[in-house]
Amino acid sequence: MKEATGLLAREKGRAFVLAGGTDLLVRLRTGFIEPDLIVDIKRITATRSIDVRSNGFRIGAAVTGAELNEHAKLTKAWPGVVEAANLIGSKQVQGRCTMTGNLCNASPAADSVPALMAAAAKVVIVGPKGKRTIPVEQVPVAPGKTSLKKGEIIESILLPKRPPRSGDAYLRFIPRTEMDIAVVGAAVSVTLDAKGMCTDARVALGAVAPTVVLVPEAAKALIGTKMDKAALDALAAACSAACRPIDDKRGTSEFRIKVAGVLARRAAQIARKRAGGK
Amino acid sequence: MPLDSTLQGKRDFKVVGTRPLRPDGIDKVTGRAKFGADATAPGMLVGRILRSPHAHARIKKIDTSKAEKLPGVKAIVTREDLPDHTDGDALLYDVLYNIMAREKALYEGHAVAAVAAVDTRTAREALKLIKVDYEVLPHVTDVDEAMKPGAPILHSTIFTDGLEPKPKKPSNVVRRYEFGHGDVEAGFKKADIIVERTFKTEATHQGYIEPHACLANVGPDGQGELWVCTQGHFMVRDTCARLLGMDISKLRVTASEIGGGFGGKTTVFIEPVALALSRKANRPVKVVMSREEVFKASGPTASTSIDVKIGVTKDGRITAADATLRYQGGAFAGSPVEFGAMSAFACYDLENARTIGYDVVTNRPKQAAYRAPGAPMAAFAVESVIEELARKVGMEPIDFRMKNAAREGTRSSYGPTYGPIGLLATLEKAKQHPHFKAPLSPNQGRGMACGFWFNFGGQTCVSLNVNSDGTVALSVGTPDIGGSRASMCLMAAEELGIPYDKVRAIVADTSALGYNDVTDGSRTTFATGMATILAARDAIKKLTARAAQIWGISAEAVTWEKGYAKPAGSNAGNFPPMSIAEIAAQAGATGGPIAGHHEYSADGAGVSFATHICDAEVDPETGATKIVRYTVLQDAGKAVHPSYVEGQFQGGAVQGIGWALNEEYIYGKDGRLQNAGFLDYRIPVCSDLPMIDTVILEIPNPGHPYGVRGVGETSIVPPLAAIANAVSAAAGVRLTSLPMSPPRILAALDRKAAAE
Repeated sequence: MKEATGLLAREKGRAFVLAGGTDLLVRLRTGFIEPDLIVDIKRITATRSIDVRSNGFRIGAAVTGAELNEHAKLTKAWPGVVEAANLIGSKQVQGRCTMTGNLCNASPAADSVPALMAAAAKVVIVGPKGKRTIPVEQVPVAPGKTSLKKGEIIESILLPKRPPRSGDAYLRFIPRTEMDIAVVGAAVSVTLDAKGMCTDARVALGAVAPTVVLVPEAAKALIGTKMDKAALDALAAACSAACRPIDDKRGTSEFRIKVAGVLARRAAQIARKRAGGK
Repeated sequence: MPLDSTLQGKRDFKVVGTRPLRPDGIDKVTGRAKFGADATAPGMLVGRILRSPHAHARIKKIDTSKAEKLPGVKAIVTREDLPDHTDGDALLYDVLYNIMAREKALYEGHAVAAVAAVDTRTAREALKLIKVDYEVLPHVTDVDEAMKPGAPILHSTIFTDGLEPKPKKPSNVVRRYEFGHGDVEAGFKKADIIVERTFKTEATHQGYIEPHACLANVGPDGQGELWVCTQGHFMVRDTCARLLGMDISKLRVTASEIGGGFGGKTTVFIEPVALALSRKANRPVKVVMSREEVFKASGPTASTSIDVKIGVTKDGRITAADATLRYQGGAFAGSPVEFGAMSAFACYDLENARTIGYDVVTNRPKQAAYRAPGAPMAAFAVESVIEELARKVGMEPIDFRMKNAAREGTRSSYGPTYGPIGLLATLEKAKQHPHFKAPLSPNQGRGMACGFWFNFGGQTCVSLNVNSDGTVALSVGTPDIGGSRASMCLMAAEELGIPYDKVRAIVADTSALGYNDVTDGSRTTFATGMATILAARDAIKKLTARAAQIWGISAEAVTWEKGYAKPAGSNAGNFPPMSIAEIAAQAGATGGPIAGHHEYSADGAGVSFATHICDAEVDPETGATKIVRYTVLQDAGKAVHPSYVEGQFQGGAVQGIGWALNEEYIYGKDGRLQNAGFLDYRIPVCSDLPMIDTVILEIPNPGHPYGVRGVGETSIVPPLAAIANAVSAAAGVRLTSLPMSPPRILAALDRKAAAE
C-alpha cells in the first residue's frame, strides 16, 4: 500500500487507481481519459477482505459486489448497503466492481453511496502522510471530484456495529429494471426501540444534487415516531425539499423532486420492517 | 373470412413448416462466425474518422499537414479526395455528402476527415492533429421548428417539391406528398363524432448490436475488395464504385455475418471512406465504428409530428379520415414520410381518406431505414385516435376495428385494391385469444392496435449447384439477417424432395451472382425464396433430362418425385427410380455439372397485417411502466420456418416496446446528442419484458408458390399504438408523445389530477 501511494504521489501526469476497473477501463477505452499512470490495488492484501470486528465491519477497497453479497453476516447486518452495491451494473460487473470505486467516482447517482451515508460508514484513507479516517459524506465534493489528496488511496470502508432492532434499505428509480443509472436513489437506516418507536435514523438521497446528500431533516421526521403515515409524509416532504436536482437526459428536476419523496417513503417502510417493526 | 383451417391452394409440405436448427447457429454461439470486425489482412492499417463537433458549421479549411507528419500515418482523406463523380444523381450526391462533409458539416458526428495509421493510438493522435476551421452556424433539430419561417436553412438548394406554385425561397421542407380518395370535408359533415389530435414521436435507432465495420483493400492496379457488415453487398459495391469512380467489375464485396441491421445497414457510411483510405495508402484498411459513432453518424429513424382527424357516425362507421404527417429525416432528403402517409389508414375501409406528408431536413444524422420505415409512427397516431373514437361511440375497440377493417376488394387509402388479406382474420383470432379476456390487476390497462406493411420483391439472382454426392450448394446474394439461410435450405429441400441437411446455403460474394437487391422490405424469404424454388425447378428439369439420357428415353417421359427421377408411366419404360445422388455421380459422363439458376425482378409480394394486444401497468406515484403481457397475431402467408417467424414477431414487438417507453435521441440546446450510448439510450433488457406470445396466421399470398408473405416489418407497426393505448388506459389519461418515459407519464398524471 505504501508503494502504491508513493507511485501515485510521485507521478507528475494523470494518475488513476484501479480496483475493479468497471468504470476506469470503460473510460480508458472510449478515450475519455488518457492516463500516464494506473496503479492496480486489487492484489494488495489490505484491500481484499471483509473483516468482522467488535465495532463493526471493515470492507477492503477491492472487495467486489459479488463478495459482499456472499458474506452472510454483512448481508444480515446491512442488507440495504449490500442491495445498493449489488445494483451496480450487471451480474458480470458485480464480479469486479467495488463500493470504494463507486464512492471515488463521486457520481451523484452512485448506488452504494446513499446507503453508505445512511449507514454512517467511514473510510480509511492511506496517503504519503499516513492514515486518516473520515465519514463517507466527506469524500465526494462535486460531480467526479473527491476530497482525496494527491497520493491518497481509500484502503477500506468501515460500517458500524448494528444495535438491535435496526434495519436499512436502498431503492433507486430507473426507467428499466437493470443495467441503468439511478434517476433518483434513496437510502434509509433506522433503529427502533422495543415499542417500535424510531430512536435513530439516517436518510440519504442520490442523483438529486451535485453529490449524494444526507438529509438530517428527513431523519428528524422519523425519530420519535412509530413511522406512521404522518411521519412518512413528513419524511417524503423533507426529502423532496432537500432536492437540488437538474433537468437532464435521465429525468426532469420536477420528476426527481417528486420521486425522491416516494422512494424515501418506500425505503423507510422496508427499513422499518427489517428492523422488526410491525 | 376463413381462418387458417381452410386455406386456398393448401399443399402438403414435407420440410417447409418444420423447425430445424439454423446452419449458422453453432458458429454464432461458439464465436467462430466472422462478423464485420473479425477480418484481418497482412499489412492492415487502422482507419479512424474525424467528426464534426458542431450541429451546423461551414468548413472553411481543413489542415492535415501536422497529422501527415506524424510517424505511422499512412493516408489522410478529406472531401478533396472524394471528388464528385455522381453525375447529377441527387440521391447519390447526398450519400457522398453524408459519408464525408463538403462545404458544411450538417450534424454533430458528420465525417470531416479520415486517417489510416499503423495502429489505433497513432490514428487517434493523428485525428487530434487535424485542424478544421469551422464557422459555426445556427442549427435546428426539431421537425416543427425546422418548418417554421426563419428557421436555419440547411440547403440553399431545397425548394419544396409538390407545392403549386413551386416556392421561390429555399426551405427545410423537401417535398409535400398527398394520398387518398373521396372528399374528406364532405365525409366529416356526415360524422356524428370527430376526434382530432396531435402526436409526437422521438427519433430512435435500430440498435443493432454489431457496429458498422469493414476491411477495404484496393491495389495499385485499381482492383479492390471489401469485406463488410451490410444488408446488401451488391448495393455497397455499386454505390462505392460510383462514389470512387471505379468500374463496378473492379470491386468485389463480401458480406460478413451480420449482428443485426433492421434496415440500418441498407446504405453506406464508412465503406467508401475505407476504400479511399486504402487506395491512397496502398494498404488494407479496417474501419470499425464505435457505439458513439453508430448513434451519431449512422442512420436512426425519423422523429415526427402528426395530426390525425377521424369522423364516425353514431353506429361506428368511419365517414372520413385525414392526417398530416411531418417527418424529419436528418440532414438530407428522404425521411420515410411517404410510407407513413401511404400506410397511415391502410387498415381501414374508407370512403373518404386523405394523408399529407412533409419530408423535412434538420441538423441530425441522415436517417436510414428502420423496419417498416415510417409506418409505426403513423399507426401510433391513427390507432390512438381509433381507440378513443371507439370508446366515444360506446363500442369495444376491437368491434369498432372489425366494423371498419379493410378486406379483400377494399380500395386502400394509398391506391391499390386489396387481394386476399388477413386483417380481419387477425382481429377475429385476437378476440378469441385468452389474453383478450384475461382479468387485469389494479393500475393495469389493456390496449390493442392493428398494423400494415407493404412488403417488397425486388431484383434477385440465385444459383443452385448439385454436388457429385447429390447434396446441394445454394448461393444467394441477400445477407442473412433473420435466419434466411435456414429458410432457403427448407424451400430448396422441399422442392427437390431431399432432406434439409442435404442443402447448404451460403451468401455468395458479388463476383458470384448477378445483382441482388438489399435484404430489406421483408423481401428475402419471399423473393430469394421464390428464386430458390424456381432454381430448384430448373435443376430438376436438368436432373430428369440426365436420367432420361441414361435410360435412353425422352426427357418428357421422366418425372421428379421425392428426390428421385422416375419414368412418367409404364409405357415410358421400366426403370427403377434414380436418386439425385445417382444422377449427380454420373454428371461428368452425361454433360457436366448440374445446376439450376433463377434471376428476376420479383413481383407479387403480398401485403401483411397484424393485430397486437398489450397489457401495461403504471406506477401512479413514479410513472414507471411495465409491460405485463403482450400478444402478436400476424398473417405470415406461409411460415417457412415458424421459429424464425415467431422471432420476427417478438423482435418487432420488443423494438416497439423500447420505442414506446424509453428509447429516444435526446439533443441539447447546442444540437449535440446527449445519449450516444446504450446506458442512456434505453433499449429494453430481458428483465423488462414479458414472454411475447405469438400467433401465426397463414392466409396464402397468391404471388408466391408456397404462399409466403414477408413478416419482418409488419410486427413493429402496431406496438407503439398498442402500448400507448394500454398505458393510457392504465394511467387514465391519453398519452400523445413518445417515448412515454416515466417523467412524461408522471407529468400527465399530475395534469390529470390538477384538472380533476
